[in-house]
Amino acid sequence: MQNLINILIKTIFVENVIFAFFLGMCSFLAVSKKIKTAFGLGLAVVFVMLLTTPLNYLILRYMLQEGALSWIHPSLASVDLTFLSFILFISTIAGAVQLVEMVVEKFMPGLYNSLGIFLPLITVNCSILGASLFMQEREYNFAETTAFSLGAGIGFFLAIVLLAAIRERLRYSNIPAPLQGLGIAMIITALMGLAFLSFSGIQL
Amino acid sequence: MSTETSATLATQETKKEGLLSKKNIQILRDPLDDTNPVTVQILGVCSALAVTVQVKPALIMALGVTLVTAFSNLIISLIRNSIPNRIRIIVQLIVVAMLVTIVDQVLKAYLFDVSKKLSVFVGLIITNCIVMGRLEAFALAQKPWPSFLDGIGNGLGYGIILVVVAFVRELLGAGSVFGIKVVPQWLYDMGYVNNGLMMLPPAALFLIGIYIWWQRSRNKNLINAS
Repeated sequence: MQNLINILIKTIFVENVIFAFFLGMCSFLAVSKKIKTAFGLGLAVVFVMLLTTPLNYLILRYMLQEGALSWIHPSLASVDLTFLSFILFISTIAGAVQLVEMVVEKFMPGLYNSLGIFLPLITVNCSILGASLFMQEREYNFAETTAFSLGAGIGFFLAIVLLAAIRERLRYSNIPAPLQGLGIAMIITALMGLAFLSFSGIQL
Repeated sequence: MSTETSATLATQETKKEGLLSKKNIQILRDPLDDTNPVTVQILGVCSALAVTVQVKPALIMALGVTLVTAFSNLIISLIRNSIPNRIRIIVQLIVVAMLVTIVDQVLKAYLFDVSKKLSVFVGLIITNCIVMGRLEAFALAQKPWPSFLDGIGNGLGYGIILVVVAFVRELLGAGSVFGIKVVPQWLYDMGYVNNGLMMLPPAALFLIGIYIWWQRSRNKNLINAS
């Protein structure tokens, strides 16, 4: 249990998906102009991340890894399909996002309207696929995977809401014209990244 | 973000032209600077930042992205008339994932140490917004050859940023380029110290921010681009 909490805290603060790995920067920069939309996107990312990463873990564990297919027939025990992981992971994510979109539209129209176009866009958010690939590389088990995906989602949520809050304030400041918009957003993200570096002293 | 440029290109479509006509050269050259995918279209920022600690992985990453963008543009453009509009995202993802799998297997076979260093970022070419962005904005509406050139141009434009950032980071952070020491020993003896900040992730963001600043103050047209 302590191990899981460690992973959770580590992925939220010490190894934040945005500030330590730059995953999902595209939507992070594009959708952080207003706190409200940033909040919606952040929630959607947490939700989809928590759904797809454990799902991909199950696919990896029971279909792709060497020996994983032995539950079908012992003669398949030597089959190693890990080279298919990219295609299967991204299909799972695209399918899950589509499914989530339809379910939310049908049963929770209020939430659907507030998330708007962000839900389908999540398919190509690097942080979702990134979480699945990190899960594969670090060889987490199922509980660790779940804690990791929750932490990664919350980390993204935290980062995008913080940046949106800062950018809302920036409208009143006097920035050189060539640096406005994207340029200053990059530099602010760098400064926030420096601030998050202070968490790396924490030993877990 | 990039719909403007593709719309103007689409209207310019001509009936017959040479393989390297003026227009095609422009398709190839524009993404290097004026419509650079990273600094102007804000596509593919994720990986541009993470693999730039040293020049060599950055170069290989740029090569991989260029190949994937070019060939996925080509393939999607070839089959663009038979893709149903509703499922085009899935079709695109499958084509891209297939190409990335090939790149990943080749890297693992011939350049294992670099492949370890790039870790998950090879796989993340799939969700690199440059690839999807160019497919949506260009390849779905254009002939195969211009699409292929567009892919190469955007890949190279991405590569330029990667190599510039990686060059500065490796030079200031480790005192070397391509793993070869370039800062002479006597400078260290005089008290010169490598800048540790350059090895940390935020340095890449600072450098790209400064690059954007420089690019936009040189070319005022870009200031309201995004």
